[in-house]
Amino acid sequence: MSELLDLNLVEASKALKNKEISSLELTKAYLKSISDTSSLGAYLEIVEDKAISMAKESDKKLIDGIARPLEGIPIGIKDMFCTKDIKTTASSKILENFIPTYESTVTQNLWNDGAVILGKLSCDEFAMGSSNETAAKGNVINPWLKNKKMSPGGSSGGSAAAVAARSALAATGTDTGGSIRQPAAFCGITGLKPTYGRCSRWGIVAFSSSLDQAGPLTRTVSDAALMLNSMAGYDQKDSTSANLKMPDLIDYLNKGIKGKKIGIPKEYTQDGISEDIVKFYEKSIGWLRDEGAEIIPVSLPHTKYALPAYYIIAPAEASSNLARYDGVRYGARQEASSLDEMYELTRGNGFGDEVKRRIMIGTYVLSSGYYDAYYLKAQKVRRLIKEDFENVYKKVDYILTPSTPTTSFELGKKQDPLTMYLNDIFTVPASLAGLPGISLPVGLDKSGLPIGIQLIANSFDEAGLISTARVLEMSAEFNFIADGAAK
Amino acid sequence: MPNKNTIVDVPTVNKIARLSRLDISEGNKESLTNDLNNILGFVAQLDEVDTSNVEPLASVTGHKLPLRNDDVNDGNIEHLVLKNAPESSSGFFVVPKVIE
Amino acid sequence: MNDTSTLKPGHIQGETGIWEMVIGLEIHAQISSKSKLFSGASASFGSEANRNVSLVDAAMPGMLPVINEFCVEQAVKTGLALNAKINNVSVFDRKNYFYADLPQGYQISQFTKPIVGEGEIIVDLDDGEQTTIGIERLHLEQDAGKSLHDQHPTKSYIDLNRTGVALMEIVSKPDIRSPQEAGAYVKKIRSILRYIGACDGNMEEGSLRADCNVSVRKSGEEFGTRCEIKNLNSIRFIIQAIQSEAERQVDILEEGGTIDQETRLFDTSTGETRSMRSKEDAHDYRYFPDPDLLPLEFTESWVQDIKEKLPELPDSLKKRLVKDFGITAYDASILVEEKDYVDFYQQAANGRDGKLTANWMITELFGALKKDNLSFSESPITSENLGELISLISNGTISGKIAKEVFSEMMKSKKSPSEIVKEKGLEQVSDDSEILKLIDQVISDNQDKVNEYLSGKDKLFGFFVGQVMKLSQGKANPGIVNKLLKEKLK
Repeated sequence: MSELLDLNLVEASKALKNKEISSLELTKAYLKSISDTSSLGAYLEIVEDKAISMAKESDKKLIDGIARPLEGIPIGIKDMFCTKDIKTTASSKILENFIPTYESTVTQNLWNDGAVILGKLSCDEFAMGSSNETAAKGNVINPWLKNKKMSPGGSSGGSAAAVAARSALAATGTDTGGSIRQPAAFCGITGLKPTYGRCSRWGIVAFSSSLDQAGPLTRTVSDAALMLNSMAGYDQKDSTSANLKMPDLIDYLNKGIKGKKIGIPKEYTQDGISEDIVKFYEKSIGWLRDEGAEIIPVSLPHTKYALPAYYIIAPAEASSNLARYDGVRYGARQEASSLDEMYELTRGNGFGDEVKRRIMIGTYVLSSGYYDAYYLKAQKVRRLIKEDFENVYKKVDYILTPSTPTTSFELGKKQDPLTMYLNDIFTVPASLAGLPGISLPVGLDKSGLPIGIQLIANSFDEAGLISTARVLEMSAEFNFIADGAAK
Repeated sequence: MPNKNTIVDVPTVNKIARLSRLDISEGNKESLTNDLNNILGFVAQLDEVDTSNVEPLASVTGHKLPLRNDDVNDGNIEHLVLKNAPESSSGFFVVPKVIE
Repeated sequence: MNDTSTLKPGHIQGETGIWEMVIGLEIHAQISSKSKLFSGASASFGSEANRNVSLVDAAMPGMLPVINEFCVEQAVKTGLALNAKINNVSVFDRKNYFYADLPQGYQISQFTKPIVGEGEIIVDLDDGEQTTIGIERLHLEQDAGKSLHDQHPTKSYIDLNRTGVALMEIVSKPDIRSPQEAGAYVKKIRSILRYIGACDGNMEEGSLRADCNVSVRKSGEEFGTRCEIKNLNSIRFIIQAIQSEAERQVDILEEGGTIDQETRLFDTSTGETRSMRSKEDAHDYRYFPDPDLLPLEFTESWVQDIKEKLPELPDSLKKRLVKDFGITAYDASILVEEKDYVDFYQQAANGRDGKLTANWMITELFGALKKDNLSFSESPITSENLGELISLISNGTISGKIAKEVFSEMMKSKKSPSEIVKEKGLEQVSDDSEILKLIDQVISDNQDKVNEYLSGKDKLFGFFVGQVMKLSQGKANPGIVNKLLKEKLK
């Protein structure tokens, strides 16, 4: 079994196409690994029968020589993606029994390309959180330093933990302010948030519509390229979807970065950032320089204001997006004698504390008398942040930053919501500007926890992002496997 | 934005909870009020930014709103629409009586 | 009470003086699209519960809106017809509130940047006068679903068929000064919408509804506090509701009270308005730009294309009817009220006496349809047949009196007038010798009356005419009868 789990997506795909392995045995290996690592709590729902039948289907295609790009690859799906006939809860009690009658565009794209579903992965409730602790069914445990019960990060904590624990060959995530990149960093894997508009949002439970973007969590940069190739694409059902063709990312894996300009923003190395991360950040700069990139110090002066702007915009949109969870057409209704009482009890009971806080903040900042001071102000600051990036991209091709100010923390240690929000300080700016970003592991800190480094590209330059990330990945030679991973 | 520590009080929290249709237990109101004040105090940093000549940015997308043709290509799926309903009867969703 | 008969419409006589009404209307017009504003479900009326509902309309998690181009065009067309400013960039906002028939928990509408800005229309009043009413704005928005409260003692039933159907909300300026003006304004808007095909204007089915903002003031004073009467679905109710609401406000103010700004409902059984929701439950709609949609943008040339394709509108048609057919402005304004009327009239009057055609259409045809409880489209008389009838009158084949007989036969049998005239032998007799025979008969039958007449009782002349006409069974040409009788009785 372990040889099967050792294969990354690209390797497994090759082995499948060469008929060295079958999708059925690969899928079974992953189903076993899901059960071996069940104590991590990454999966909310396992669809064994469906996985087996999809794997068999893939094997037929492989034998017939009509394999599609992801033929036979077993993956996990974040519970924010609606999956037809498979329970989809967004890790919330309010959707505990919701079974969609439709399939999200992104997951449909994956199945159309031959991927096999293993199950649904836990996340923070409605993707609101940075530690996976707001999930209704309880936290997920990071497979790194398993016995210390570290946070996998969030909100795509289940996705990151499953890929790191080798209970999924790859996983989907959604990123609103860092929900792919931050957990990828905490779990020592690669997480890519594409440009806003690259992946369709149709069928993904909405948190903050102007920020939400789907992306892959994988073991390697090449795996991310393969996954995103399938996930991305124009969708007429999403008015914000970009009608732009993405080049085949596989063609960009080995382009190198000679002559490319890498911006190092001075605002990303402030107090509060861990020493080990600073050390690996500097190492990463050196590696890129060694590979022929030109390193250029830059400034993104409004960086400091990204997080406060985000914590107005995202809750504002969320307060409205989550109004539909009212117990009328779906969801866990609390019975009451009047409609308003039914709403209040259903929502009061069905949403967890963090979701309620964000709905309250969002309602407040949009309410009469406060709209201009909070919401409109935040939208103006959002423009300044976007302009910061536009100015810098006149001078450089890519921006390199740490993914997070610290490595993972112990579950239950960060009780104060505001302290938790600071986790996303390096990922939120690119989200506000709609830019593609990738986090990849470059080393371990003193305690043995993975460190992630983030690359940010200009809009729709996922190809260049992949080239650059691949160079960094090869230099870093991060070959560690989590102690809590399936063997 | 108002002063950092006393941005919202419990009556305001009650009002927002009512607008949001969220039942908040009495025991949680103090701590929720406290959390909201911390968050609102944190976001009040934006006051430092001069935005006097800045247009608000609602969407980062550069393209125009796509328009679709006026074709009827959806509907006739009441069984799917009602499938997850907590309560339904003869094709309708059913809720506690609304008094107008 | 003072004598109210001298009061102008829209004025109320109170103890303290005369009060004047200030009225503004919000008309909700359902766009005549096949599918909904943001989904591909049918926008048709009267289907089984929840049949015309897509997953988008039911606000399932992750569902997204995509806008219907036809609806955008109709809004622009309407804006142009209202002589209004077209905003080439407009924004969709979410209006947030909770209600059982509002699945998203918000209505997609346009708040700060509507698709159409200020405009104005000319409204024709019953007395033949005209007044100009300003348009504040027009925006696109989604309709809500329907809640049924009478199906169960403790439950309400929800049908989402109407959820997401495209509406245009047309907001007037507070320029309206009487219930009658409000009625005429709605009529005019409805007529324009039907001309351009943007809305069928069917008020019974709810495709056109109005919210009325009403306040009262003493002449020359500032506007008073207004109340909004929601969801009126007939012109008669609009007029009644405004009158009754204004009277209610005057009563309160005269007793020294103040008006609470509130939303009210019109009770059609009592003819009065009542409060709909209390102030402490005031809404805070938290409008903000819908992040699922981008700003709606179009080019000037796209607007120009639509403008060039606009049909001739009532005001210009009215002028043309007066000029081309020589009819009165008042008759023209009645004929242009509906596109169907004008089309009918122009066909019937083509090459004929325009005035006569207008008279027959407005007085006889409209009257007969009303009496038989028929809509205009159900008229048994076609425009060709009415035109033929006019020709028969004009060329003297039948008299006006006979024409009325033929007309009622046409209403009954749907036959053409010439067919009826032929069948019944109703052609007018204009031959002198035929008529002289009749005159001789009348004279010989009424020798005593003839003597009275000849001795100076001139009034009897009418009697002789009547007798001749009677004898001819109405077919004698009255002009010739007159002329020959005069000669005979000299």
